[in-house]
Order: sequence, then structure tokens, then C-alpha cells
Amino acid sequence: MSDSQTPTSAAGAATEEAPVEATAAANAPSAQAAGGRSFLPKSTLLRHLVVVLLAIVAAVVILEITDPFTNSQLAQLSYYAIAAGGLTVLTGLNGQVSLGHGALMAVGAYTTALFLQADEPVPLPLILLVSTLVATVVGALVGVAAARLHGPYLAGATLALAVGLPGLAIYFHDIFGGEQGMRVRAPQPPDAFKDFISFVSGNSATGTKWLAYVGAICLVITYFLLANLVRSRIGRTWRAVRDQDVAAELAGINLGTWRVLAFTVSAAAAGLAGGVLALVIRLAAPSGFTLVLSLSLLTAIVLGGLGSLLGALLGSALLVFLPPFVTDLGADFGLDNTEAAQLAPFVYGVVLIVAMIFAPAGFVGTVRLRWLTYRAKQRAAAARSSSGG
Amino acid sequence: MQQFINITLSGLVEGMIYAAFALALVLIWRSTRIVNFAQGAMAAATAFIALALIDAGQSYWIALIVALLSGFVLGAVVERVVIRPVEGGPELNAVIVTLGLFVAIQASIAIIFGSSFQSFPTPFGVRGFEIGDSTIALTPTSLYIIGSVLVVMALLVALFRFTRVGLAMRASAFGQEVARLLGVRVGRMLTLGWALAAVVGSLAGLLIAGGEFIYPAYMDSLIVFGFVAAVLGGLDSPIGAIVGGLLLGLALSYVSGYIERGSALVNVAALVILIVVLLVRPGGLFASSVARRA
Amino acid sequence: MPEPHGSTAVSAGAGSTGAPGRSLLEVEGLTSAYGPVRALDGVTLSAEAGRITAVLGANGAGKTTLLRTISGLVRPQAGSVRLDGEDITKAPVEAMVGKGMSHVPEGRGVIAELTVDENLRVGSLFRGKVGKDEFDRVYDLFPRIAERRNNAAHTLSGGERQMLVIGRALLAQPRILLLDEPSLGLAPRIVAQIFGLLRQLVDRDGLSVLLVEQNARSALSVADVGVVLNLGKVVVTDQARTLMADEGLRHAYLGF
Repeated sequence: MSDSQTPTSAAGAATEEAPVEATAAANAPSAQAAGGRSFLPKSTLLRHLVVVLLAIVAAVVILEITDPFTNSQLAQLSYYAIAAGGLTVLTGLNGQVSLGHGALMAVGAYTTALFLQADEPVPLPLILLVSTLVATVVGALVGVAAARLHGPYLAGATLALAVGLPGLAIYFHDIFGGEQGMRVRAPQPPDAFKDFISFVSGNSATGTKWLAYVGAICLVITYFLLANLVRSRIGRTWRAVRDQDVAAELAGINLGTWRVLAFTVSAAAAGLAGGVLALVIRLAAPSGFTLVLSLSLLTAIVLGGLGSLLGALLGSALLVFLPPFVTDLGADFGLDNTEAAQLAPFVYGVVLIVAMIFAPAGFVGTVRLRWLTYRAKQRAAAARSSSGG
Repeated sequence: MQQFINITLSGLVEGMIYAAFALALVLIWRSTRIVNFAQGAMAAATAFIALALIDAGQSYWIALIVALLSGFVLGAVVERVVIRPVEGGPELNAVIVTLGLFVAIQASIAIIFGSSFQSFPTPFGVRGFEIGDSTIALTPTSLYIIGSVLVVMALLVALFRFTRVGLAMRASAFGQEVARLLGVRVGRMLTLGWALAAVVGSLAGLLIAGGEFIYPAYMDSLIVFGFVAAVLGGLDSPIGAIVGGLLLGLALSYVSGYIERGSALVNVAALVILIVVLLVRPGGLFASSVARRA
Repeated sequence: MPEPHGSTAVSAGAGSTGAPGRSLLEVEGLTSAYGPVRALDGVTLSAEAGRITAVLGANGAGKTTLLRTISGLVRPQAGSVRLDGEDITKAPVEAMVGKGMSHVPEGRGVIAELTVDENLRVGSLFRGKVGKDEFDRVYDLFPRIAERRNNAAHTLSGGERQMLVIGRALLAQPRILLLDEPSLGLAPRIVAQIFGLLRQLVDRDGLSVLLVEQNARSALSVADVGVVLNLGKVVVTDQARTLMADEGLRHAYLGF
């Protein structure tokens, strides 16, 4: 204990309380677990499997009743959501922030692009798996460096990663294509897929549709794995590491190892997201992985509520559907195309600021908090009236 | 030999700019324990204001003064409006707010001034001085850069060492609660600190723009370099930030000067330096033996 | 630059506050809480001019919260604080020192990164220009810190720090001094020295002191009036002598 009154120690009291609110969303029992959904099985794994089945059905229905343009938007949604899901686990559950997830996506994207350059490319699932693994390895390396860092230091280090890594693509331009990047030859849909689509809806099984399905499948698998991880002992340990560094350490938890693990898991998700991105936009180039990409992901998870997978999905939907909307709006107000295109990042920035000042629990978290408070009040009122009467 | 001297000289000149920018980050970190990731975007905004004035026929010097003043106002407004509510809260919240500012300001620049590359003038020549029959990499512009950074540093030292406002600012930075109990208007001092830091950041932004092209994201690298320089110096120490800036300037200059196509590697080199410092000496190169923050 | 708040005190350490016994600081029904935890529960007490009033009680009794609420660092939920008749309940923290109240917080509150001399200067900043003689008077009072005036404050010992912060508070020419646990972690000899000096400032210069202490024995030996706090409530207020003599009370609340 030092005698100096540093600003941090002066603000100690406030610091104690605020994270509780900010992370209440992550801690609050999920709606399913809180009861009232008795038709779902009790076992976490079974319950998640049921959700997976429902999600697959929903994905097929949505992809088949929407037009090709929306299909491509949904493909976009899938890679944002995969990356945001990984990031929300890192930031929301483990309390680490990363501005480097755009760069980790680049690792996955370039890996996918390289493998698809071959004359006889290996099967797509294998390519995506390798992309995930490569990003996982890079993420583990970054994670080892990041494990000892917190808050602003970690933000700065991952910022340097986001700004620095694309330089490698330019330096090794013989391999990675320099500023122009690498064109990605998207694989053709297999026959089984065409049969399936004609059986389900009779729509034409285009390449775009195929990629939207690839994205959806990757998304469902990723969220299934992440959701189980979050509810497992590992997830609980992450929360312990985030909330009470000292207590967790006293309990014999090696903080560093758990932080590295969190970073690695979230890097894996970013790598897969990058692979899907390369397929969907058919390009892997430095300009696709700017700082703004990393910050967009951050916006998605902050808006959705740190630590919430559902929130990450909703936040990613915003990243896809907001830009066309505000760009049109901007055009209506007389902005030219390039100016109007900047309205979306502008909104992201404002959203980040406003969310942190007014609703640090995010959208999903705030709704959930309101709901829990409301129910607690109802119960208290019921208890009062029964004891009073 | 001549190549070595030239690379060293240009490294030192660049380093002066990194030092100034790192100093701006350190000023804010010391007083509010916040790394202002929006510093680069804020500086870029003032550079575009200056360019608009120059394009409208004003002199470079008028534009410079207006840009620095608008930096002052921008810094003060940012602290009062968006930073104050998260000051002293969870550090993650403050980090996210400054990142939000970063994106929002950068997008605003693009909307207001356009996102194309625009050339930024410099008031002095960019041809190297001649010694004997060889030209060295020291130009009138580099002298201007070195001179103006030194002047700003001297002014800051004078402010903090010799004036009552400076003392009040230091007291507010190091002991917020005690300073309030002693009657110091801490809120005002923090606002003033952010405003001054924004002026210094703005100067760095204008100096690095001189003779180059600017676009809304042109400060992205500088925010990284400034951060790396500040961490090199320990993030808490103004002197450390300056030394860190010069060292980083030299290191990056050698990377781009001696490695073939090394300029593509400059950002990666900064990343590597940062990681090594954080792993080996997280308190910075000059970490004092007094560990004050438990 | 914070402009002077128009201090009414005349000279250093000599806040002339009228006849001893007149109530200078009046706290009434003060209630405050940290979140759901109520720390003060309707505390009423008064500190008389020219006297030392000691607030005693176990750890967690609400002593520190009391001082923090009086000086505005914690906002009360109910109750009022009056200084010489003026309601200062809602006054900002920064204004307190200008009204004649100096609060030396728990843990002494030296600004470790500044030198001894700079710490003293911060204490007088709000008054505008302050003559060198006033600093000399503080250094005369505490020769030990005079020797180290250009050293960083974090190099001082605990006792020296306590001298520094009391000296710094005196430079504000307070009418009343709020001291939070000045004896904490100090050797008994140093505690006796500091308390002796407080007594002297009160008797000779008419300073008033509201002293919060866990070390009840020492505090009662120097104080005029004692207030015993337990779980945020005032248990008893009486002459220090009387409290000292009440063995039951001492055992129950004061731990000696």
C-alpha cells in the first residue's frame, strides 16, 4: 500500500461497482437456464443440440425465402458473427480487449486463398480447418505476449498487430500479392448441394447460395462449440479470472495460462471467419483488414453486450444491415457515395461511446437486466402482498 | 558511412515527431490513466482544418496557429463530454470510448473533407543541405521539425516546473482526491491537460504531414509509433517518452534504410519492438526502482 | 488557476474563531451509504471552536465515512453539515478549504511524486500568492521536513509524512482541521509528539480539530471531547475525561 493518492486508488470505490453492472449480462443466468422454458432438456449439451437443430432449420428457411442479394448479405453476416463470437468470449468472459482480430482474420483469409490457388485444391472443409489452425497458432503466440497485459497496454499491443501485420503481405508480395492481394477462386457447389436445394425449395443452387450455406454451417458449428465452452468449467474459470484476479490466483488458477487459452480460442474463431470472408468476397487483400474492421467487431460485441453470443450475432447483423441503410440515408441528404460510405463507421464510433457511457451492459445485457429487475420486483411485490394479507 | 549518417539523421528527425506524439499520450496517461487512442484522429482533424485554410489562401503560419487552437478546443471538449463519464471507471470502458472516438472522428474527417489523398505543404525546403559536394539528409524542414518540437517541450517543462497552473496540474494528476481537498479544481486541470495534450498531438500531426500526402487515416501508424515510444519510456515519464521516440525513430529508420523494401516492414518492426519491450521490460526501458503502483 | 475563495482567516494557524466552547462545525442527522451498505446512520455531533473533538470507534464504525461526508467526498443521503452557521452540505469538495475547513485524509495524503516543498505549495495554491514567511513558519514547526524540502515526498518516513500533511493543511489557514487516523502506523513517540503539537496549536492559536482515531487511548489523552461511534451511530458524546473513566464503555467500544 503506498501513501500516494493516485487517481486509480481514489477511484477505487467506483471501479469496484461498475464492472458488476457492465458484466452482469455475462453473468446473468441465460433465459433458458432461468427456467420458464421447460420444454428444453435440462442437460446443457442436449439443450444446445436442440438449439443447433432449430438454428439449422431456421437458416435453411431464411436462406430459401430470401433473394440472392440477401443471401450474400447473410454470408457476410456469418463471418462477422463468427469473429464477433470469438471476440465476445475473449472480452466479455475473460476481460481482455483485442483490436487485432482483423489481423487474425487476415491470417485465416490468406491461408484459405493460398490453398485455393492449387490446381487441385484439397476439400473445402479441410481448407477452412487449416485456416482456423494457422490463426490459432498465431493467436497462441500473440496470446502468450498478451497474457501479461491488461486494458490499455493490451489494446495498444493488438492495435500494433492490426496496423503491422498487413505489412507482411506487402513485403512478401510474391506470395501474398502485395497491395492488390490475392484473388480467391471460390469452389463450385457440389452436386449433393444442388440436389438438396432443388428438393427443399427448387431455387437455383448458385455459388452465392452455396457460400451462404458454408457460412451458416461454420457459424452454427462455431457457436455450438463456444456456447458449450462458455457453460463449461473453462468458461467459469475465465469469468473468475476476469472478475477477481487475486482471488482466482489464490485459488491456484494460473491466470496467464487461462488468458492465453482465451486468446487462442478467440483467434481460432477469427481465423475461420477470415477463411469464410475470403470465400465470400473472393479476395484477400490488406485493404480488407483495416483497423476499422477490428473496431467494427468491437462495436458489434459492445452493442450486443460483452460476453453474449446472441448479442454478438445481433451486433453482427447491425454491421451488415446498417451500412446500406445509412448510406442511402446519407445519399438522400446530398452526400456523395464515398462520403456516405463513411457514415457507417461514424455510427459505429458513436455507438461505442454512447454504449459505454449509458449502457455498458450492451443491448442484450440491458434488456436482460431490466427483465431480471422487473421479475425481482414482481416477486418482492408478491411476497409483500402475501405476507401482508 | 554517408548512408549511415543520412539514415541516422532522418531517424532522429522522425523520432522527434514520435517523441512529441508519445509525450501527448503520456500527459493524458499520467493524469487520467487513459491511453487516448483517438489522439491520432484528433490530430488528423486539425491537420485537415489547417489544409482547408491553406487552400483558402491563408499562410501556413495562420493555419498552424488555428490548427493548434482547434486541437486545444477539441481536446477540452472531448474530455468534458465523453471522457469525464468514464474517468475512474473500469479501464476497458475508457479504452472502448477512445476507440469509438477514433472511428467517429476519422469518419467525420472523411465526410467533411473527403477521403482522397491531399498534399500538405511545408513552410521550408525539403532539399538537403550540402556539405562539400555531398548532400546530407538534413533539410530546412527537418530543422523546423526539431526546433518546433524542442520549443514545445521547453514550454511544457516551464509550465509544469515554474507555474502555479503547472503545479496544480501535477497535483491533480498524481493525487486527485488530495488535490481536491486542498482546493484545486481538479476537473478543470484534467480538461486543461487533455487540451494541452491535444495541442502537442496536433503539432506532431502537422509536422509529419509536411511535404507529404494526408488522408483521414494518415495518423494510424503514428498512433502506434507514439504508443510504442511511450511504452518504451514507461508510459508514465515525459522524458522517457522523448527518449523512446528518438530510439524508435532510429530503429525504424535503420529497418527501412538497410533492409531491401524495408519500408513495408516498418509497422511490423514497431510491433516486434513493442512485444519485446512488453515481455522483457514491461515497465519501460527506464523503469524506476520505486514501484509505486502496487 | 483556482482563484482564492476569499479566506477569512487572518494568519497562519491562527484562525481566530471566537471564544472556546462555541460550536463551530455542526453535523446533524448525517446519513450516507456506499451502495446498499449504510455507513452513517443519522449522526449528530458538533465540534467546538478551540477544542479537539475526537471521534472514536472500531474499524468500520463509520469514522472515515463521517469525515469524507463532511468534506463532500461522499454525498450524504440525508442530514446537514454547517460550518460556523453556513450550510455546506452541498458545497463542492474544492470549496471546503476556502471556507476554512482542511481535511487530511486517511493514509496521510502526501502527493508522493511531488517534492516536500511542492506539496506545501499545493496546499496554499487556492489562496493565490502566499508569503515565504508562512512556509518558513511551517518549516520552523517541523524542522525534520525542512531538511528534506527538495526531496520527493515518497522518500519520507511515516512520521515525516504526517508532519508534512499537517503543515500543508495549516498553510490553508483553516478554522477547523479534520484529521483521519494520524497515528496509524506511527511509533508511539512520534504519535505523542504530533498530538502534543496539535494541543499546542489549539491552545495557543485557537485552532479547532475534529480528530478521527482508532487509537482511542492516545486520542482521549489529547482531546477535550469524545464522540463514540458504532455501526454508523453515535453511542455517546462526553468530555474526554469522563469517557476515559468509563471502564464499561472503554471495554465495549474502545478496545482498551
